[in-house]
Amino acid sequence: MARIVIKDVRKEFGDFTAVQASSFTIEDGEFFMLLGPSGCGKTTTLRMIAGLELPTSGEIYIDGEEVGQKPASQRDIAFVFQMFALYPHMNVRRNISYPLVSQGMGRAEVKARVAEVARILGIEDILDRPVGGLSGGDRQRVALGRAIVRRPKAFMMDEPLGALDAEFREHMSEELRALHDRMGATTVYVTHDQLEAMQMGDKIVVMNHGVVEQFGTPQDIYDKPATMFVADFIGAPAMNLMRFDGEVAPGATSLLYDGAEVAVPRMREGRRGALALGVRPEHVHLDDAAPHRGRIAAVEYLGTTQILTLETATGALKLRAPAAQVARVGETVGLRFNGRTLSVFDARSGAALASDLNAQGGGDG
Amino acid sequence: MSGYSVTEPSPRQKWIAGALVIGYAVITILPLVWILITGFKSPSDSISYPPKVFFEPTLEGYVNLFTTRTRVSPETLESLPPPETWYDEIVRRNDLVIAGPSRYGERFLNSIVIGFGSTFLSIFLGTLAAYAFSRFKVPLKDDLLFFILSTRMMPPIAVAIPIFLMFRQLGLSDTHLGMILLYTAVNISLAVWLLKGFIDEIPLEYEEAALIDGYTRFQAFYKVVLPQAATGIASTAIFCLIFAWNEYAFAVLLTSGTAQTAPPFIPTIIGVGGQDWPAVAAGATLFLLPVMVFTILLRKHLLRGITFGAVRK
Ligand SMILES: Nc1ncnc2c1ncn2[C@@H]1O[C@H](COP(=O)(O)OP(=O)(O)O)[C@@H](O)[C@H]1O
Ligand SMILES: [Mg+2]
Repeated sequence: MARIVIKDVRKEFGDFTAVQASSFTIEDGEFFMLLGPSGCGKTTTLRMIAGLELPTSGEIYIDGEEVGQKPASQRDIAFVFQMFALYPHMNVRRNISYPLVSQGMGRAEVKARVAEVARILGIEDILDRPVGGLSGGDRQRVALGRAIVRRPKAFMMDEPLGALDAEFREHMSEELRALHDRMGATTVYVTHDQLEAMQMGDKIVVMNHGVVEQFGTPQDIYDKPATMFVADFIGAPAMNLMRFDGEVAPGATSLLYDGAEVAVPRMREGRRGALALGVRPEHVHLDDAAPHRGRIAAVEYLGTTQILTLETATGALKLRAPAAQVARVGETVGLRFNGRTLSVFDARSGAALASDLNAQGGGDG
Repeated sequence: MSGYSVTEPSPRQKWIAGALVIGYAVITILPLVWILITGFKSPSDSISYPPKVFFEPTLEGYVNLFTTRTRVSPETLESLPPPETWYDEIVRRNDLVIAGPSRYGERFLNSIVIGFGSTFLSIFLGTLAAYAFSRFKVPLKDDLLFFILSTRMMPPIAVAIPIFLMFRQLGLSDTHLGMILLYTAVNISLAVWLLKGFIDEIPLEYEEAALIDGYTRFQAFYKVVLPQAATGIASTAIFCLIFAWNEYAFAVLLTSGTAQTAPPFIPTIIGVGGQDWPAVAAGATLFLLPVMVFTILLRKHLLRGITFGAVRK
């Protein structure tokens, strides 16, 4: 059980900066997601928390104790590797008991703990098998067993489902989340799959190029993206980012977009120049009375909903409509935006402008 | 995994491959068999022409290998009590008596001490160095590795004279320690390079898992890396032992009285009372045994070691 605080942590490899001054807090018992595209520094961040990599600068606190420069063996953190890294020269039982042996725990207690873990994970029948011939799912369970048997302060998992096939991944992610809910241990989970992060996480940190773009609950990150990168990375299909030249004033409740007024949440800062209007596909509706127009270029049927791709004066726009709504390719339709949900970005810096929508969520001035 | 396919060879291909293997085996094994047989021949049988394939086996060669003998006058021979042991009897038949043990046993023991000692030292130092080169940021790593390899770029004997002088200065001439150090120096480059290759193949995650599990770096090394590297260590050890065991030139040059190994000793058997080929053959046969046993014991590892990297999942 632990609260983990990351403060201004940086990591350089030679003259390449893998992680730029990052700060976030992982509360005790949270299932915490590190999300971002490949190469953005997620693994490096996780390894710094675990002590497999020492930060170039910055501090890491585990339960109030600064551990940034301590070796992994002294941090009492478990790590589930992407390829599991089960000791190939030991059988399942020895793999799981290995962390206990290092603590000098008595034989009987080790046995009891391994049996308990095996029961929780449903791997009692494979305890005496070599790890070589195990299926992907069983390897995953053994790796988890080795992590939980020690009852560590926190779990680090680096894309633990990445090595499994898609079919099994869903099942295993439910199993993982259920396990976490039962044990309540702080878990930091790395993934590049935004859907996985949204489904499983209590909190998410979104990283890009070694920079923390946003830190918050899945709802916050989905509804109030702090940057255009986050807006584009989260959601399938992603948020529409309609670029245009214009201006907004502080206090404004609408802006001029594509020749007509669009209602927006009350702005707390103004900007003039290259802007982008952020619209989730489900927050734009077909309405022939609305001033904005688009031509339906494609229809993707998804069962309960359908995704329409529209050509507009400011670029392509995706719209999620009920499956029952009639939409024909080639038709020109009116578009009504749901004003309370829109984000306005400074298209040059990529940052969201502060408004009533995102201000309480930590939007800066 | 992909990129090649395995097709079952046709019976004809199998037959040809089998014949080639058997032919090669016969060619390489024949001299060994010849030595083995010669060791059990009498001196006259051993030089008879055409060579005898069927003969009456005798242990004379082995007795001669382990003893020194003197010729005595027929009168003295008559006056001696009857031979007490089977080997006394064999010697008496040639009108000789045993004067004492030969130095073969001693030389053989020297070979064991020096061969296995230098192999152990090469592997010990080589494994540590290879691990460091594989895992740590070593300044000038590539240059150092090249330098280590470059010590093998000329035949070792090319530096015989400087080493001879150096050993004399340091008092290492004709000592076990000197020979162990020398063979280790020659073998270490091979050991470092081979072992680094093997250790490079072991994923870093295993050690990191051990670190996470609460083990120190050194514990992670010997509890996780070493067992994984066993294959590589075994095959490297065989190569090192074979070199140290068979080395002849340095042994002739640097050893004489105390630390002489078996290879320079065996030829000196020739000339003690004529060309005693059976004794030479007996000495060679016994000399082959330790390496053979060592290789057979480790052969499972050796096979896996040589194909290491080719068969990863
Ligand atoms: N040991 C290392 N030495 C040099 N560069 C590294 C090292 N580890 C990671 N990097 C670089 O740091 C960046 C971030 O890597 P990583 O944290 O593994 O990304 P992610 O897990 O998000 O895919 C990558 O560009 C990677 O090449
Ligand atoms: Mg990664």
